[in-house]
Amino acid sequence: MADDKIKIQEDTRKMLVKWKTKRGSLIMALHEIQGAFGYVPWDAMEVVSEEMKIPMAQIYSVLTFYNHFKLTAPGKVVISVCDGTACHIKGGESVIHAFEKELGVPAGFTTPDGLFYIQVVRCLGCCGLAPVVVVNGKTYGRVTTLEVPQIIAEWRQTMAAEG
Amino acid sequence: MAELTQEQIEKLKALGRTQKENLIKLGEEFKDRVKNYKASIYTCNATSCHSGGASGVIDAFKESLKAAGLEADVRMVCTGCMGLCASGPLARVEIKGQKPILYQHVTADMARLIVAEHVAPALKTGSEVNTSDYLKKQELSLDLPFFTKQRKIVLRLLGHSDPEDLGEYIANGGYQGLMKALTMKPEEVLDMIKRSGLRGRGGGGFPTGTKWEMLAKSPLVDGEKFMICNGDEGDPGAYMDSCILGGGSHAVLEGMMIGAYATGATSGWFYIRAEYPLAIQRMELAIKQAKRYGILGRNIFGTDFNFMADIRYGAGAFVCGEETALMSSVEGKRGTPRPRPPFPTQKGLFQKPTAINNVETLANIAPIIVNGPEWFSEVGTATSKGTKVFAITGKVKHSGLVEVPMGTTVGEMVNDVGGGTSSGKPFKAVQTGGPSGGVIPASELHMPLCYEELKKIGSMMGSGGMIIMDQDDSMVEIAKFYLGFTVDESCGKCAPCRIGGYQMLQLMNKIAAGKGTKADVAKIKEIGNAMKKASLCGLGQTAPNPVLSTMKFFKEEYDALLVDGNEPDEIPTEKNVNACTINTKR
Repeated sequence: MADDKIKIQEDTRKMLVKWKTKRGSLIMALHEIQGAFGYVPWDAMEVVSEEMKIPMAQIYSVLTFYNHFKLTAPGKVVISVCDGTACHIKGGESVIHAFEKELGVPAGFTTPDGLFYIQVVRCLGCCGLAPVVVVNGKTYGRVTTLEVPQIIAEWRQTMAAEG
Repeated sequence: MAELTQEQIEKLKALGRTQKENLIKLGEEFKDRVKNYKASIYTCNATSCHSGGASGVIDAFKESLKAAGLEADVRMVCTGCMGLCASGPLARVEIKGQKPILYQHVTADMARLIVAEHVAPALKTGSEVNTSDYLKKQELSLDLPFFTKQRKIVLRLLGHSDPEDLGEYIANGGYQGLMKALTMKPEEVLDMIKRSGLRGRGGGGFPTGTKWEMLAKSPLVDGEKFMICNGDEGDPGAYMDSCILGGGSHAVLEGMMIGAYATGATSGWFYIRAEYPLAIQRMELAIKQAKRYGILGRNIFGTDFNFMADIRYGAGAFVCGEETALMSSVEGKRGTPRPRPPFPTQKGLFQKPTAINNVETLANIAPIIVNGPEWFSEVGTATSKGTKVFAITGKVKHSGLVEVPMGTTVGEMVNDVGGGTSSGKPFKAVQTGGPSGGVIPASELHMPLCYEELKKIGSMMGSGGMIIMDQDDSMVEIAKFYLGFTVDESCGKCAPCRIGGYQMLQLMNKIAAGKGTKADVAKIKEIGNAMKKASLCGLGQTAPNPVLSTMKFFKEEYDALLVDGNEPDEIPTEKNVNACTINTKR
């Protein structure tokens, strides 16, 4: 763990070089950190505070204000189910429930094996394909509840193959 | 920016003039480069088609063109949004001297067939060819009302050009608006925008020229004044800005720069949702190209005009579409709104004068400067000029991105452009303005789409989301959905929105569960009206709209769910007031 902390802090410090001189760039810095680690680790926040001279409380308040930021590591497979209006009226909600039922965790949580994370998102900008699900960047359009077990099985296989 | 000596400025101006020439040359080079092609295949690679597998289609086109030895004859273009997203991935084949053919639902296999059956033989024989029935079935007529009812200003290059090719933008008249504006006085530019009648496309409809004039009048603070492009399109179910930024980033940048010249702004920010990676990537590329060719920087095109632009990502907060909240977010803080006045044009970003314009508004600017304000104001209604881009989605056949003249009726949108409901069931209502808007029922199909009419009916133009619903959709459910969204997204700063919204949602849940009473409906209206009057920002002020407007037009759906819904309303007439008095006496 100690090694992890050192690595996270070193990486964060490197990322901050370009941001710390630019005014108002806290959110941009946090985006880059989450892009690298999948979430914003506490250890990274400490470095941000120190380098950008921003109190921890303020960083925490910004992180918790915006839906985009995560404070804990999500599962390896991130399932984003769209519940924007177009997807909603075409059955997006039942697709969310199907994923929750199939994986046994509510949206916003990771399965106990750390593999799957379900999140509900608002509009991915491809309403023509509603309802839409995006799994680790791969888009599934016009998803029905019947396809949900197949999608999960597909990703279980992919992850097993990757080890 | 640091002070420079006169000599240095003269050098920069000379450089700017050379850069302008180089830019014009870039357009000529593009024309030279494409003139020898005998045909072009345009494939839509915007978000929707991309998600539907457009990349595989593009690869298949390239492979089969190579195999057929046609690489030098056929230009492959990956374009921005072509519009008819429901039929994606889309590809259009244009062979010189022949009618363009648009194919829908294109797959990699189909792409190979298109090259083998259409492109190759047509080029060989030099005349139009008969393709197999299978391909014929996948042809989409370009005479569909979906296409013919549109008038494209903002979307004119989307689907017809490579958004990553600056040369192609220049060849299509790009940056002509900026070049022309820089030969005029700032006041003349302002005057043109004012005379065009252009109003903000983000929803409110504030006249753009007036906003810019206010900024122009504000003096520089510490040598700075800002322009912000609002690309925080949070309305779930709308994706106009995403496509405009992704398919025409240079046009938006050009619009911002013309605004900066007219107002004296020194730098600009593009605030774009983090959920739109393609829009961000294209805008980053546009800024990089603009810096390289001297479009951004010092002494632009040899004039005294200096301007720089940068990008800030949103982070998933709907309230940040509100201009004062957006500015807090650009400053790297929580996106909470602040009271106005002072208006952003007086005290905005970093406490300095700032004008905030929507993506679509900025994309309209350069065409107005090039073609003149009269050309623009010819289109539209008396008070709403020009065109409006809509994302028409939900239960509609031709779901997609369209640009129509202001004043087009709701009926034309639903039945002609949209092609009617996708289910074939009767049309019930259309929701505009997203979580801030309301519904337009089937009885109002004759209504023209313009700022005033939409407001009168209890909805709003919004940014251009348009959700079509058929008879199966419950209006109570849709109102609850939107209210749930705004309650989720309320920033919590002011009580009317934070508490009012939550209480309204509780009552809506009660009604939806079949346990509500008439008193609950009355309470919802009371809270709603209080929220409209007392909330700090647009989010809270408009949050009750979906509920109030569905209550107005679909009262019977609410009544059917109420415990006491079928009982007649108690009207306090003289008679029952007396009856009451008698009762108490007893």
